[in-house]
Amino acid sequence: MDLSVRIASLHLRNPLIAASGCFGYGLEYADMVDLAGLGGIAVKGLFLKEHDGHPPPRIVETPSGMLNAIGLQGIGVHRFLREKMPELRARRAVVIVNICGATLDEYVELARILSDEEGVAALELNVSCPNIKEGGITFGCNLDATFDVVSAVRRVTRLPVIPKLTPNVTDVAAFARASEDAGADAVSLVNTFLAMAVDVETRRPKLSNVMGGLSGPAIRPIAVRMVYECARTVKIPVIGIGGIATARDVLEFMIAGATAVQVGTASFVDPFIWPKLIDGIREYMERHGLTRVADLVGTLRLERSTDDGSTTGCA
Amino acid sequence: MKVDVEAVVRSNTRLSPHFNVLALAAPAIASQAEPGQFIMVRTAPGDSPLLRRPYSLFEILRDPQGRATGFSLFSKRVGVGSQILYDAAPGQRLACLGPLGRPFELVTPPGRAWLVAGGVGLAPFAALAEALLARGIRTTLFYGARTGAELFCLDRFERLGVELVLATEDGSRGEAGQVTVPLEQALRAAAPEPQVTLYACGPEAMLKAVASLASRYGRPSHLSMERLMGCGVGGCYSCVVRVRDADGGSHYDRACVDGPIFRGDAIVWE
Repeated sequence: MDLSVRIASLHLRNPLIAASGCFGYGLEYADMVDLAGLGGIAVKGLFLKEHDGHPPPRIVETPSGMLNAIGLQGIGVHRFLREKMPELRARRAVVIVNICGATLDEYVELARILSDEEGVAALELNVSCPNIKEGGITFGCNLDATFDVVSAVRRVTRLPVIPKLTPNVTDVAAFARASEDAGADAVSLVNTFLAMAVDVETRRPKLSNVMGGLSGPAIRPIAVRMVYECARTVKIPVIGIGGIATARDVLEFMIAGATAVQVGTASFVDPFIWPKLIDGIREYMERHGLTRVADLVGTLRLERSTDDGSTTGCA
Repeated sequence: MKVDVEAVVRSNTRLSPHFNVLALAAPAIASQAEPGQFIMVRTAPGDSPLLRRPYSLFEILRDPQGRATGFSLFSKRVGVGSQILYDAAPGQRLACLGPLGRPFELVTPPGRAWLVAGGVGLAPFAALAEALLARGIRTTLFYGARTGAELFCLDRFERLGVELVLATEDGSRGEAGQVTVPLEQALRAAAPEPQVTLYACGPEAMLKAVASLASRYGRPSHLSMERLMGCGVGGCYSCVVRVRDADGGSHYDRACVDGPIFRGDAIVWE
């Protein structure tokens, strides 16, 4: 059974990628997860410099989901390369570095630095963090700015370039198209939904930053819809993200058009989730007589059914 | 090595309408666990509630041969997750990930240990007291609550040989006022005696007061910091505590991997 998928020049052993911001720098999980067994690891978003993040509380649970406003706390690209990259290389992890900048020049500088580094497999451009202005959201909510930042990074790197898109726009497919036009190799979506929760007893916001990003199973149907819209709009691969917690969820995103997926919140709940997802995908492939998981991508059936009775009598 | 096990509820002792001690069989965690560490408990399968909850190890349970067989959690019913733990029945299974975090640093003889607990902050201290007394450390528990009825497990600590100093906000038992009142009296009285180390867990205002008293009286303090957590293993950066840098600045550390135990003099109170 072939679980591998391809994102431009990037060969992934399977379609499962640890989502940025949900898996530290990967090494936090090295005693629980075979890092080389994952399709890839999107490490925590990096700026050029160290970044402090927001005061706690940074997280709050909501129905079937959670809000976070971490504020992109991070060690910066130089410390990452010095302190984390050697061990990630030694563990043969497929490292996708998520980069954040306040300006276009910062994205370009980060892309230059990382392109020279052995073991960096791809760049994910964070143009979608809802929690800080400098997290690229100003790029990610404007079509021209998205086009500009993707093309600027494209010009300075041979690594696959993957803008991570925000769902906090009216027409996410237009942003996928702008990314494709600018030379992106793939797009990943969705980042979290801008959201808010209030403690009615104290009348205070539950997050120090007031607003935060909603993730988890609560957002999954919206994310599936957005992945579907993007996948039918662009020719480049789409990486699906949003509330994936079971193998069925992975398959749902792939059928809707995702070539690979990212898992975030669910790995908080179960850090040992990865082999369980793989087993579930294999079981499905066996049951459906599939030999290559890539054959499942974008196979949503839209023809009206005549044999399951669900449409009869509705004419 | 962290493990995720389906721990079986052995007993659930409801101490009051709000507090309970839940004992769980989980040798794979208990055999590695040290006082001050915590467990991420999945209170229900599925999405509701979604995230695991962090709980300090209250006791490490042992069989008659002394082998660690499980642990207990000291819990206060405040939300959906703790309600499930309050209602849990023997035989029920709960996924438990652990042991997690850095344990308490134990003093060595002839040092003395003063444990300071406020309310549900008693949570890490049965295991700590047991480990300290096993080393021959003279151990005192300063324990404060709102009322005398909310001072729990006193016999448990007395049996171990812990000296108790109690305080209640309504004055119904022990000193009237917060637990830091008798603590300060004792620190003042003990001033010439060396080698008292403070261990504290409770509301953040109490921890801040303990850290400040510790520094005023020149005692080391180790604080168990409570934070909302997403993962418990360092992945999400939700549970941060502001700590001092060597160069005079400060940064956020993660309570789950850099703590939950922090030196009182390292913390920058926000």
